[in-house]
Amino acid sequence: MKIVVLVKEVPDTYGDRRLDLETGIVDRAASDAVLDEIGERSLEVALSYADGHPDTEIVLLSMGPESAQASIRRGLAMGASSAVQVVDEALLGADLGLTSEVLAAALQHTGFDLVIAGNESTDGSGGVIPAMLAERLGVPQLTALASVEITDASVSGRRVLDDGVATVSASLPAVISITESLPDARMANIKGIMAAKKKPYEVLSLADLGVVAEREDAPRSIMIAVSERPPRGAGVKIVDEGDAGEQLAEFLVQNRLA
Amino acid sequence: MADFGSNPILTLLEVRADGQLAKSAAGMLGAAAQIGSPVALLVSDAEGVAEQAASLGAQQVLVAEPGAELTVPVVDALAAAFELVQPDAVLVSNSVDGRDVGGRFSARAGLPIAVDAVGLSRDEEGVVVHHSVFGGAFNVDSAATFGPLVVTLREGAVDARAEAAPAQSQQLTVTPSGARAATIESFEAEVAASSRPELRGAAKVVSGGRGLGSAEKFELVEQLADVLGAAVGASRAAVDAGYVPHSYQVGQTGVSVSPQLYVALGISGAIQHKAGMQTAKTIVAINKDADAPIFEIADFGVVGDLFTVVPQLIAALEARKA
Repeated sequence: MKIVVLVKEVPDTYGDRRLDLETGIVDRAASDAVLDEIGERSLEVALSYADGHPDTEIVLLSMGPESAQASIRRGLAMGASSAVQVVDEALLGADLGLTSEVLAAALQHTGFDLVIAGNESTDGSGGVIPAMLAERLGVPQLTALASVEITDASVSGRRVLDDGVATVSASLPAVISITESLPDARMANIKGIMAAKKKPYEVLSLADLGVVAEREDAPRSIMIAVSERPPRGAGVKIVDEGDAGEQLAEFLVQNRLA
Repeated sequence: MADFGSNPILTLLEVRADGQLAKSAAGMLGAAAQIGSPVALLVSDAEGVAEQAASLGAQQVLVAEPGAELTVPVVDALAAAFELVQPDAVLVSNSVDGRDVGGRFSARAGLPIAVDAVGLSRDEEGVVVHHSVFGGAFNVDSAATFGPLVVTLREGAVDARAEAAPAQSQQLTVTPSGARAATIESFEAEVAASSRPELRGAAKVVSGGRGLGSAEKFELVEQLADVLGAAVGASRAAVDAGYVPHSYQVGQTGVSVSPQLYVALGISGAIQHKAGMQTAKTIVAINKDADAPIFEIADFGVVGDLFTVVPQLIAALEARKA
């Protein structure tokens, strides 16, 4: 079984995150960069399957700047077999269409039985890449899974929707995405970190994949304006001296909120 | 052939498992009407849904037979509707199912996709999509370089409603693409738990955090919510502690809300929580820790024990109602 896990370096949600107000692109210098947590959980799904099936190969796939390599190597330290990173200057500010085209081409390059992604990243919050990949690759997709069962020939799980819970399944090859209901990733140990340094790490360019970023015939989604919301100020803060509930009720009524 | 009006906006309305319109329909058609003439697509065989869509503002309604498999039959119907209508934009809900359909369709049709829109407008060059990024810290506008685009609209983000239209519907002929699809093995409808408003798009939200201490004590959050007519939310800490299900989670990895009133009970205000609620009009916080970061963004903060302050608040509000 060959499982490809999509991972992504993102600005740490524990700190302030910024967009460059000139370009509209994420200001990578403004925050610490980390592997997106949902990608780590996706890797954990693959690793726990591999625990019981030693012939499993787990490939990390990522698209992003060269500087993301340190974050991606963390996934190797946790236990993935190898990593493929697509790096190309022409991908700066790539929209979802181009991103999905690049990742689909990379998946055709690596080959796969199962692709595991997070349901949405913490930076773009798009949540459409898994379905876009499934369409481009001609395979079924199971998204937003809160549980995953993998067999030799199929994948299934529980999918939590607004009006209920569906049990869904697909034959392999397939693309799935998972939610944070699935377990947190295991910690990398020293042995893993040492081993990660010797694991295969392939860097691909757009030319390697035969993808052209600048195409006049392909419509793209572009940012046309970006602005920062003024920060919120603090209002009244009182310490309860026995009547805070009364005062709060008064505040809500005065502001027509109750 | 039906007239789809000037600037048709093809709007995929979500239907529930029983074929009836999902709650997002009114906001979807309201958003579509702001930029053109709403043409609804319904993949449903339930009685009366086309009339309901018209009453919510659909100028034309296309109806397609539902398929048994996941996502692909809806994408096939959307592709057929797109061919017929030649719209300026395709609007789908930013829900789990809507994103799958929108993503697949945009890849199939080679159209750009703009996700998690909170509003739509037009400028002289076409449709402009408004986004709220990084938990509302930034506002971003996007557009297609040329031609039509696919937009996923955040549920509850658009308050505008379209005027009711006379019911005009037609059955859509769909040629199956034969794309490999997943199978829906079974579906368990969620028991409609309460008469409380849904968290997404709610005008008022009362959320509880770790400070509630237990699932039993979380009831206090629900009591205040019911007095205010509010939806119930929770911080990730409260969800992780098992007080409430994951669907209650407000924040970076949960639901993003933008209500008139947000009441945070026993929530410290970690940056990931703020990312899901800091665009609320008015924020009220009760926390026993005077240094909790939630107070930095609260319009009215109470430093105190929520187990004494909240019951007093409930009593005071009920006394005023009486």
